[in-house]
Amino acid sequence: MSAAPRVSFMVTCLGDMFYPEIGEKIVRLLRSLGVTVEFPAGQTCCGLPLFNSGYHADAAAVARRTVALFEGAGHVVVPSGSCAWMVKHEYPGLLSGAERTAAERLAGRTHELSQFLVKVLGRRKFRRAVDGRLTYHDSCHLLRGLRESESPRALLRELAGAEFVELPGGDECCGFGGSFSVRLPEVSSAILDKKLANVEATGVECVVACDAGCLMQMRGGLSRRGSRVRALHLAEVLAGGAGEPASAAAPRGGAA
Amino acid sequence: MSEVAPVTPLRERAGQALKDTFLQEALTIATTKFIGLRREAFDEFPEGEALRDQARAIKEATLQRLDHWLEMLIDSIERRGGHVHYATSAEDARRIVLDIAKRTDARMAVKSKSMATEEIHLNEALEAAGVTPVETDLGEYIIQLAHERPSHIIAPAIHKTKGQVAELFARELGRETPPDPEVLTRIARDELREKFLRADLGITGANFAVAETGTVVLVTNEGNGRMVTSLPRVHVAVMGVEKVVPSMTDLAVFLAILAKSATGQKLSVYTSLVNGPRRGGELEGPEEFHLVLLDNGRIRQIAGPLREALSCLRCGACLNVCPVYRQIGGHAYGYTYPGPIGILLTAMLNGPESVKDLAHASSLCGACADACPVRIDIPRMLVELRKEVDERRIAPWPERFVFGALGWLLQRPALYRLTAPLGRLFQRPFVRGGAIRRLPPFLGQWTRTRDLPPVAARTFQERWADLEREGRR
Repeated sequence: MSAAPRVSFMVTCLGDMFYPEIGEKIVRLLRSLGVTVEFPAGQTCCGLPLFNSGYHADAAAVARRTVALFEGAGHVVVPSGSCAWMVKHEYPGLLSGAERTAAERLAGRTHELSQFLVKVLGRRKFRRAVDGRLTYHDSCHLLRGLRESESPRALLRELAGAEFVELPGGDECCGFGGSFSVRLPEVSSAILDKKLANVEATGVECVVACDAGCLMQMRGGLSRRGSRVRALHLAEVLAGGAGEPASAAAPRGGAA
Repeated sequence: MSEVAPVTPLRERAGQALKDTFLQEALTIATTKFIGLRREAFDEFPEGEALRDQARAIKEATLQRLDHWLEMLIDSIERRGGHVHYATSAEDARRIVLDIAKRTDARMAVKSKSMATEEIHLNEALEAAGVTPVETDLGEYIIQLAHERPSHIIAPAIHKTKGQVAELFARELGRETPPDPEVLTRIARDELREKFLRADLGITGANFAVAETGTVVLVTNEGNGRMVTSLPRVHVAVMGVEKVVPSMTDLAVFLAILAKSATGQKLSVYTSLVNGPRRGGELEGPEEFHLVLLDNGRIRQIAGPLREALSCLRCGACLNVCPVYRQIGGHAYGYTYPGPIGILLTAMLNGPESVKDLAHASSLCGACADACPVRIDIPRMLVELRKEVDERRIAPWPERFVFGALGWLLQRPALYRLTAPLGRLFQRPFVRGGAIRRLPPFLGQWTRTRDLPPVAARTFQERWADLEREGRR
């Protein structure tokens, strides 16, 4: 590991508008690990909603400007598996020529948060920021798109003092699916109900996910049913409780 | 266009399915069982992953020279005394089968389970021509009694509970029985035995046809397929053109993964290799054998966006794992082929207009692509279909306008940042206790069942200056 890695943070649209505290926690968490965090100005959205609904010319235009925005960046860290997947998996195919080459370079440097912590920084041990039992929901794009199931689990399992339990059907979709959630809201909610029933059956205090889309869906359902279970982003478990000002969370020298 | 579009909109069909408690119970039990069995079968079979790649490669190589393998298949079957017909459309295929029925003076046809004959709506055509079709697969028999259509590619009556089947048998057959699958099966066997003996025509689909040998392969679990192909005077098999495989060696690769993907069995109970009509010295088999090769939109996809779907083995694994299918079942899809692969096949057979809503009946979770024995990237092709629906302006104009505006906005960061204060202004009347619980009708699809987070008091971008200062300390 070279000294003082440099990270450009891609906040994503949901992270920017609805969950800025998650972004703050990520920035502080990374800084506590000795990482220099930059935030390229002019960010909007990765374009995944456009891409998934079939508006590929618009998605390409968004990809083009995002690639340019992060051109000089070191590592790019993304809080959501789906947005990381969009950048890594779909950007190159949307562009051509020199732009495609630049997109491929960006794809190689872009990491979802848990992957960055475990695979790039080699850090697995963190102090917990919440009490009680935890479980983990695999977001589809991280699990089946980026083939990542182990990094988030490794972090949660080694979280000092926390008890990690597997979620039955943890690899099944939460029913979000972007515009799917409002095109077929009844079906989306029925899928969510099944997910939340599984979560509640585990008796956990909190379900962790690495995608703002899944969090929006699960939080929306949990809060509507008045559940005491919280759906939290990985960074909220590692870096401090929801709503609290986070302090440096990770001890130095905790590399696995 | 070979199938009639459903009358009610998709969302309404799905909504009805969600309210059907029997359907919900049946779907949960059956799909959960299938998922577990499939997983166990592949866990015990480490070479399965390599065989899946090999199976896909064989399919691809066969499609590359489909004309060659079809010609070889036709030649092989004719050398064994069988007849091959080529149907470009569903109508064509129906006419071919009806002509055979008429010429052989058939009054009753026994059928083994076949999605190809469902696709061409053969039963209605047979009935209209005075030929009684009798489904002999237990699931198909049940839905024929109920005047329904299959709701799953391999388990046509998956939507029915055993209690419902017992009621159906009491009503339609006049036989009161407990809801015991064994008893119900015995009754169906009883009823069907006499039909097998009386039928003039045996109609099947085909899971594969081997070009080198002219062998039509039926993969079944009930043995009815063997009776259908050996008792009646005439056997007609209807098969999509893409189901040809070059050799017996290739066939073995598919057989090794098909049943595992479908039901978690190592092999199905019966694998029937049908080699044309009865020949001199043979004790059983039909006097005549016909294979109907069905195009019906397939050939043009060899060079089309749905090419990958031509590798489909019709195992149903993608249905079982699909969160949408598991909630709404097969009938809500509205066409012959349900589930994720069904959306692609519906587009193949009926054109992109038919799937303008169905293409969105997926959260793109990718479970289907993982379960597919030949690794068809179904989510990718659903996205391609959505693209086609947008580009050909089949999608409704308000949707195209909204996404157009979104695309425009996302390229203009200054305006994009303005949406946060505007959102905060707009949401003010709706925020209660830190959440939005209800929105006006046009925007309220989310909040009917879920709370929505309000736009943050300060977005991340608005906080960055402070965060940056904090970092310099």
